[in-house]
Amino acid sequence: MRSFLLSAVIVVLGAIGLWQTTDGLRALTAESARRLEVATGKPALPALSLEDMAGRSLTLGRPGDKLTLAEFIYTSCPTICRAAGESMAMLRDRLAADGIGDRVRLLSVSFDPLQDDLEALADYGEWHGAAGEIWTVARPSLTDLDVMLASFGVQVIPDGFGGFEHNAALHMIDRDGHLIGIFDIDDIDGAVRAIEAKL
Amino acid sequence: MSALQPSAALAIIATCWIFRDLLERDPVTHVLIQLPLLALAGAALASAVVPHHRQPASGWNAGGVPMLLLAIFTIAFWMLPRMIDAALIDDWVEFGKFITVPGLIGMPLVLGWRQAHPLLRGFLKAQAISMLGVMAFLYTHAPLRICNAYLVADQERLGLGFLAAAIALAIIWTVAVFTGQGQGSAIQNMQPTRP
Repeated sequence: MRSFLLSAVIVVLGAIGLWQTTDGLRALTAESARRLEVATGKPALPALSLEDMAGRSLTLGRPGDKLTLAEFIYTSCPTICRAAGESMAMLRDRLAADGIGDRVRLLSVSFDPLQDDLEALADYGEWHGAAGEIWTVARPSLTDLDVMLASFGVQVIPDGFGGFEHNAALHMIDRDGHLIGIFDIDDIDGAVRAIEAKL
Repeated sequence: MSALQPSAALAIIATCWIFRDLLERDPVTHVLIQLPLLALAGAALASAVVPHHRQPASGWNAGGVPMLLLAIFTIAFWMLPRMIDAALIDDWVEFGKFITVPGLIGMPLVLGWRQAHPLLRGFLKAQAISMLGVMAFLYTHAPLRICNAYLVADQERLGLGFLAAAIALAIIWTVAVFTGQGQGSAIQNMQPTRP
């Protein structure tokens, strides 16, 4: 009987513990935890200075900005960034077709600013069809790189073949400079719905 | 012999701690070497904390169920990919891993197993094999990165590692059934629980 009671206590405490650590069974991985945290907490981003492929400087996370969708890339990426680039192109076309292209900014941001000079960014933009109007390619200043990755919760690890693996996702930043949503790279419908709700 | 066990356990834990960067660089050594070694250390400590002949057959741990449940919930906790990621980023989580895997998995597993009914043991063995099989499938087939700290290729190797572990356990436990090994102790352990 006592052993049954202790078992029941352990089951209840264990279930509560697992429920708490998984945010109510909603986040089993660090990536889903990051998305949940962003969707509920909507953290303010620090002001991050970037340089786009045309050499113009722009600031991310500044209040009074355009609604922005950012993805993180490195230009020599052979795999997932390519799919991500196609998604960004489709998203750009959707926004243009809906007539809201001028109110949204799409950004592909390199996390490898040492390798990715302006020429590499421009080549990447040309390759994927990012003309710079709605969608542009940019890189952070070296001093802002770590702050940028940390504030977005993006983890970049070398893959041992000169490339990187990283969380590929679309990050939505509202006009007050808050990170308000993270979408799968191919969840274009979800991203468009979220954009239209925010405009 | 019994005096050796605690020091061996502490030596294992210390070794896992000293070489943690090396072991945790690869998810296969992290999950399939470091974590089992820590649990093994806890199991070795169990005999020092509660000697086999001193463990009461009735009371709070009758049938071994509470201790086994404690171990199972702690295993479930450390099976969460986000906990593995967190252990790599957060020093407190890492420290907690070195306490909870020996103390709340290895040790209670031994304390519970001693008193568990042979039926329950068989059930848990079957569960362990099938769970490793599910993990093997998940880690080799997941279309996304399960841990942010590890590469997809490493994740697939870990899946194959789970498969190897499942096959190894299946063989070991099947051989034990045919040779009758381990049966004697199970029957011996049953006797004190008889009313």
